[in-house]
Amino acid sequence: MDTQYDVIVLGGGAAGLTAGIYLSRARLRTLILNEGATGGQMTLTHEIANYPGVENISGYELARRMRSQAQKFGCTVKSNLTIAAMDLTGEIKRVLLDTGDAFTAPAVILATGGKSREIGAPGETEFKGKGISYCATCDGDFFTDKEIIVVGGGNSALEEAVSLTKYASKVTVVHQFDHFQAFEHYVVEAQKNPKIRFIMESKIEAFEGDEALRSVKIRHQQTGAITTMAVDGVFILIGYVPNTKRFEGIVTLNGAGEIVADAGMATSLPGVFAAGDSIAKRYRQVTTAVADGTIAALNAAEYVNAKKKEVKAEEVL
Amino acid sequence: MLQTNLTHVLSEKDHAALLKANENVMICCGRMGPMCIPVYEAMEELEGEYKHVKFADMEFDSPDARIIRNLPECRSFQGLPFVVYYKGGKVVKATTSIQQPKQITTILDEHFGKK
Ligand SMILES: Cc1cc2nc3c(=O)[nH]c(=O)nc-3n(C[C@H](O)[C@H](O)[C@H](O)COP(=O)(O)OP(=O)(O)OC[C@H]3O[C@@H](n4cnc5c(N)ncnc54)[C@H](O)[C@@H]3O)c2cc1C
Repeated sequence: MDTQYDVIVLGGGAAGLTAGIYLSRARLRTLILNEGATGGQMTLTHEIANYPGVENISGYELARRMRSQAQKFGCTVKSNLTIAAMDLTGEIKRVLLDTGDAFTAPAVILATGGKSREIGAPGETEFKGKGISYCATCDGDFFTDKEIIVVGGGNSALEEAVSLTKYASKVTVVHQFDHFQAFEHYVVEAQKNPKIRFIMESKIEAFEGDEALRSVKIRHQQTGAITTMAVDGVFILIGYVPNTKRFEGIVTLNGAGEIVADAGMATSLPGVFAAGDSIAKRYRQVTTAVADGTIAALNAAEYVNAKKKEVKAEEVL
Repeated sequence: MLQTNLTHVLSEKDHAALLKANENVMICCGRMGPMCIPVYEAMEELEGEYKHVKFADMEFDSPDARIIRNLPECRSFQGLPFVVYYKGGKVVKATTSIQQPKQITTILDEHFGKK
């Protein structure tokens, strides 16, 4: 049998947990269904130093506190699960898990955030953790005195390329364009570093090795020339993609696959709101996710309460 | 000590005792980092479901974690966490880097039997 809630929040990152706090404090039966670890991208951040009122906190700790705050107000938080199907189009929205458990609510908030972009080249999955990493702070020390590649040309790629020189003997930045997208100071710092060299206008075509990564094939974008480069590790830091594939054809997405939401965080579908990094917006931070989550929750609450009044009025008639 | 609700393996002695006392053991050897936290959280949630498996963690940087770091099964690993599954004291599977809950349950089901 389906379990009924007032609002179902998909995603348990900063946006979803904030929505959970506001909704359950407003005495609405609220369920957060989160496919990953509670806290989402916050758990990828060793230290958050720009969350107002908290000088320094690990992302993990901030996420734990947000979850416990939501739970104290009565919110149910379920993480590390798999959503098998959802129907968001009707008056009552339904979400089905792969376990067979199903949940319904008149309103849903999409707060599914984003994830690291992968290159999609052959060998990428096979050598994950065996030479390929998406987290410099986690795995940098495995490459002490080794030769590595950093893929990307944005802020995190260049910042991490510099920080990885603490460990690696040589860092090669491979970037697909002839210019960087990073702030000028990151570019200058990387260019000044004697351990860093650059291969521009090039992409990795394949990852090769045996029990661990040994080399990569690099294609030059202009000439098409392919070179093989021996390497011990590759850090892929090419940005994030929104987790919105599931919502294609259900709510309006923009060309980048981000959910289009209005100032009240309403999507193109009645009763479906959105918040956080999964929506189309310029700045993606914990503070902006929290703000979106608040707005989405307050508007979802208003929507649900109005629906409840409609039902009561019909019952009186 | 890692900030998880799992059983903590603090020494080689703890490790030996844990394997002796339990037929099916999963140990996640990591740090409080972004690739490790999701694995600890998945283990915390699975603990209630897989009663026949003992779930534990071990701090990667503790000297005694060499008992895991130096396993032949982990020789090519270069991504945290190192997760090792033991049956009857023997390594039956080891994984490197972040794993999705589904990947973990597939291994648990295959080697230790379904919940
Ligand atoms: C390395 C790094 C460092 C950062 N540093 C900072 C910083 O210092 N300060 C700062 O303010 N911001 C920082 N940010 C940005 C900040 O972490 C994000 O903007 C914010 O956490 C986004 O929150 P969110 O809730 O929108 O999404 P997310 O945190 O991405 O959470 C979304 C959650 O939804 C889950 N999910 C995905 N699909 C589904 C689905 N279909 N159904 C259910 N659940 C689903 C995901 O698993 C995830 O748990 C950093 C980001 C990164 C990656």
